[in-house]
Amino acid sequence: MRTTRRVPFVPLVVALVLAWVLSAVVSLAFGSERIPVGEVVAAVADRLQGVEPGKWDVIIWELRMPRALMSLVVGAGLAVAGAGMQTLVRNPLADPFLLGISSGASVGATAAITTGALAGFGIYAVSTGALLGAIGSALLVWLVATAQGGLTPIRLVLSGVVLSSGLSAIASFLVFMSDDPRAANSVMFWMLGSVGGATWEKLWLPAAITLVLGVGMLALHRWMDALAAGPETAASLGVNVAALRTTLFVGLAVLVGVLVAVSGGIGFVGLIVPHAARLLVGARHRVVIPVAALGGGLFLLWVDVVARLVARPQEIPLGVVTGVVGAPLFLLLLGRGRYRFGGQ
Amino acid sequence: MKGGGLRPVLRLRGVGARLGEREVLRDIDLDVPAGTSLGIVGVNGVGKSTLLRIMAGVLRPTTGTAELADTSGQLHEIGRVGSRERARRLSYVPQEEVASAELLVGEMVALGRVPRTRPWSRGGTQEREIVRSALDAVGLADRIDDPCERLSGGERRRAVLARGLAQRCPVMLLDEPTNHLDVAWQLRLLQTVADQAETLVVTIHDLDLALRSFDRLAVLGRHPGSDPGGDAAGDEQSGPATVVAHGPPAEVLDTIGVDLHFGVGSVQVPHPHLEQPHLLIHPRKDHST
Repeated sequence: MRTTRRVPFVPLVVALVLAWVLSAVVSLAFGSERIPVGEVVAAVADRLQGVEPGKWDVIIWELRMPRALMSLVVGAGLAVAGAGMQTLVRNPLADPFLLGISSGASVGATAAITTGALAGFGIYAVSTGALLGAIGSALLVWLVATAQGGLTPIRLVLSGVVLSSGLSAIASFLVFMSDDPRAANSVMFWMLGSVGGATWEKLWLPAAITLVLGVGMLALHRWMDALAAGPETAASLGVNVAALRTTLFVGLAVLVGVLVAVSGGIGFVGLIVPHAARLLVGARHRVVIPVAALGGGLFLLWVDVVARLVARPQEIPLGVVTGVVGAPLFLLLLGRGRYRFGGQ
Repeated sequence: MKGGGLRPVLRLRGVGARLGEREVLRDIDLDVPAGTSLGIVGVNGVGKSTLLRIMAGVLRPTTGTAELADTSGQLHEIGRVGSRERARRLSYVPQEEVASAELLVGEMVALGRVPRTRPWSRGGTQEREIVRSALDAVGLADRIDDPCERLSGGERRRAVLARGLAQRCPVMLLDEPTNHLDVAWQLRLLQTVADQAETLVVTIHDLDLALRSFDRLAVLGRHPGSDPGGDAAGDEQSGPATVVAHGPPAEVLDTIGVDLHFGVGSVQVPHPHLEQPHLLIHPRKDHST
């Protein structure tokens, strides 16, 4: 007799995959220019069959499609990163940006915006700055934690939190000192996240890294389960805890660094989606990772649709929508059943 | 338990341990022969769990060597044995463990199969059968699909032991396995693990149970070379601990030994109907402290 209210895994994954495909097409209808869904389907079908493009082709295929795919990829990536981070530091409040990665990225991006330091990279200047900042801050957390004895959860959390505050202060200072009045605005917009700049070329790197990390964690799902049960338990079960933590740390730092570089600091997705997945299918990584990835992508796709509709023709940052939509949604899920994380 | 070959499965030589600033253990020499059971007793905070963690290879000794025998009986330093290989030889069940994150009982016990399966394995029928029989051995087979958090303290203890059993190792190290258990389960559980593991090392508080359950006992007490002063027994601030007595339970826990190491009076009496000794504990009579 099953006494838990879990959702069956396979039907849920099938439903989520279908929802991905459907949503990816339907979402293309929404934007500053409303396109009838029928036209959207026709335009996508034309492209897939190699037929002469119609009048919506540029908007749909060059602007909205990469953007929709980017939101799927970034949402999936953030959810996978959040699930991994929560296991790495064994803390339910952990999110992908815990290691100071987003603050480091914002210093890099802010520097690029306000000083024009990376102007040589053209349209990739901000992304490059963000990536450099993210990797730099992850490296710093790494050095601080290992110098003090190892990548233990408490050291990672504390050095990450402290470093985050420090780096945020630096980013604010850069904005404050800037002569450009628009700098503050663009920095804030960047920090709150957007997939508006998505192009086909920018898509492959985050997609590839998300896939590698997701599949990697899935391939080690039993070790991840053991690690979530506690370092000593994992060690006694034959898991090389130090090596697993190091691998996870490096993987997460690269993944989050790339995600932040392409989309800014989209909050909440990486925090709530893994928890929601655990509520639905239980805590084993074998089921959490796929459900979180699919759910995170779907969530961010529709968040992006909302973000471009609410204040049309203006777009609001994704971080604003994820917060406003995510908080009540998560509280609703929490009420669904008694939920524990790591005995807390 | 079983008659023993004399080849040690675990061997500690000159083992010392520090936890932070505090020196917990010093000069520990101990052999655990294959096919025997060893009980480790001692007052609260003396370092029994630390000693067990060193044997389990999850804590490295600060000084000395801790060695584990491979299948051919060859001894290797535990820290050099691969963690996976170690976990196939030896299962370690810690004393307190935070319940795993929203796992079902069966999923938690299945973690015991981690050393013997590929990290991507889904676990087939055979694996599920091992999990089920381990849960059966601790009387929790009907709780296999319950969330861990719904178990009581004693049931959780048994579930964690089931995970240790599911590891199917020749050597089992159990830290206070009888805590939180009712009397029937205390007896049954020690019997269950003794039946399954060839070699058993258990820390235990209950001296009466210790007297009857193991081939040998080791008493951890204050190292004679550490600062004198304080009561011989029960002073947690006194220096590092070492093995102060080691031998057959009836000898280790004779009246003098129990008085010396635990600071209480005692007498061993035979059970009126069964052929086994019991330890009656009473306050010291004549010592004025």
